[in-house]
Amino acid sequence: MTDATVSTLVTATGLEPALEPASSSRAQKRKARKNAAKDPKRKITWDRVWAQRALLAMSVPLLLYQILFKYVPVYGWAIAFQHYKPGRGSIWNQQWVGLDNFHNLFTGVNGERFRRVVVNTMGQSVLTLIVGTLGAIVLALLLNEVKNLPFKRILQNITYMPHFLSWVIVASLASVALSLPSSGGFINQGLMNLHLVDHPVLFLTQPNYFWEIVAGTNLWKELGWNTILYLAAITAIDPGLYEAAEVDGAGRYRKMFSITLPSIRPTIVVLLIINSGWILSTNFELPYFLGNGLVSDKSETIDVFVLRYGYQLGNYSLAVVAGIFKTIVAIILVGSANLAAKRLNQETLV
Amino acid sequence: MSSTPVAKPLARLASPNRSPRHRWTTERIIFTTLNTTFLLALAALMIYPLLNTLAISLNDGNDAVRGGIGIWPRVFSLQNYDVVFNMTTIYQAFFMSVLKTVVVVATNLLFTSMLAYALSRKEFIFRRPITLIFVLTMYFDAGLIPNYLLIKDLGMLNSFQAYWVPTIISAFNLIILRTYMKSIPDEIIESARIDGAGDFRMWWQIVMPLCKPTLAVVGLFVAVGSWNSWLDTLLYNSGDPALTTLQYELQKLLASSMNAGMNSVAATGSAASGGQVTTPIALRSAITMVAAVPILFVYPFLQKHFVSGLMIGSVKG
Repeated sequence: MTDATVSTLVTATGLEPALEPASSSRAQKRKARKNAAKDPKRKITWDRVWAQRALLAMSVPLLLYQILFKYVPVYGWAIAFQHYKPGRGSIWNQQWVGLDNFHNLFTGVNGERFRRVVVNTMGQSVLTLIVGTLGAIVLALLLNEVKNLPFKRILQNITYMPHFLSWVIVASLASVALSLPSSGGFINQGLMNLHLVDHPVLFLTQPNYFWEIVAGTNLWKELGWNTILYLAAITAIDPGLYEAAEVDGAGRYRKMFSITLPSIRPTIVVLLIINSGWILSTNFELPYFLGNGLVSDKSETIDVFVLRYGYQLGNYSLAVVAGIFKTIVAIILVGSANLAAKRLNQETLV
Repeated sequence: MSSTPVAKPLARLASPNRSPRHRWTTERIIFTTLNTTFLLALAALMIYPLLNTLAISLNDGNDAVRGGIGIWPRVFSLQNYDVVFNMTTIYQAFFMSVLKTVVVVATNLLFTSMLAYALSRKEFIFRRPITLIFVLTMYFDAGLIPNYLLIKDLGMLNSFQAYWVPTIISAFNLIILRTYMKSIPDEIIESARIDGAGDFRMWWQIVMPLCKPTLAVVGLFVAVGSWNSWLDTLLYNSGDPALTTLQYELQKLLASSMNAGMNSVAATGSAASGGQVTTPIALRSAITMVAAVPILFVYPFLQKHFVSGLMIGSVKG
């Protein structure tokens, strides 16, 4: 999950601590804002601007700074319409070629490769999302059944831990785990000890395992961390519901399926919707680190394509076209995901 | 924060002890046993790869190639770490990682908290548009190559500035801090104002000390992110060996082992330094541990802060 996802999510699922009155709905807020605008005290006058010069001094330079580093780079998009050669100097000395690069990326041999890249990006993300969501829900339910609090806390500490390791380390651990037993590949060792396979499997050289490896490694790293939101949602369930169910003779599983799961369903739905907005934006490091020539048909994602094919091989123009494609589709996806979440009458960040 | 979030779990703790579901029925014993076993197995799965790497890194390099090391070194040796810290690159990379993390955390906390203070003041007239511009940067990214070109055009390639200058503010941390600052009672601010404190003094002397726990959380998020990053080194600073970082060196090692033909690495070649010899797999394990240990070391102390930070950050922007 990206930072933005988390914040949008937690907000969307109504998990916010009681810092703001929960009752103030969106419409009420908008009305309040409108009234505030009419309020003479909120009118922007030179007097008020001058009175707030300290606040302006604190924020405006940093605003310009942020604009420089986050929005100004858009001028680099000009490369998409050029035959860019780094040797020619700045982007103002380049040859303009109109939409040639777009044509080049989306058709012919490149088009075939790029389609594969998009499919890989989405396939890996969707698989990661499904496996990750199911895993986190199951783990949250099981952790919730642990009544021994110190034991529960230790379990949580251990399962959150991989979230803080870098992707480089995680990829390194995964490459060792998946290698031959003689290189420390304990997964092969385990499979052979259980007699599930006769010969060690070279997982990282088999294209057909790659998506699963990405999803599995993501699961290992983020499983615990992703339970936090579900556990918080479970804590918010009214204990009276469980007591009433007990009086009616409901057992453990009945309560799980008839109270806990339905109660956290809004959280699950909103999380799924919003995470699906990031489908093109995740999965960069693992495919980059673990991908190799043998599996590139299944491993290469958009970001890897941009870095490998664009930055490292000097095909800047094509890479920028791919980047623009990703950014625009991602904004549309994230925007509609937020809208969809809002439709569910929930609050979102923007 | 208000007491409501605390009160709820406390009330839940108090009541169920007397409720019938806490009687030890057969069903409960079976379920608890199975559940505990499963969760313990899961926890073992989370920890095993690290313990395994630690064991290999503490094992004699040539012996490690034989494989089959579990969570305990077979032939104990500190030779790998000796080699790692005698490699000038790794030695330099370690200090560069530390320096980079310290500078990034310091600048981030300073500037993010200043901006968060301004944006937390209800009377500030440009609060909304400025917040919106920052929040949108969480969703918009010009892309890898445009960002690279900007850094290049600013003349920051192969310089230490490329590590910290572009990232002094993260929108996510800004929202966390601003939300927390909003929760500081107006009375405190007003009374300081009556005593004649201006906004800069208010930020530095009144609000900052009140925000210490949240600043700690944000500082940790930033520190972990900076320590773990490698792409900035690859994109901006790979041309200057003095600016290399630990994660980047580890990434290069990983890449060369992936390229050298899967899995044949362990059997071929050896890395030598200062007259000592070890094998790539042992060396990589040792560097992995050096890159992971700072995180693993601070982690137990900070775990609960990380989680509370996530929850604070969730409040509406």
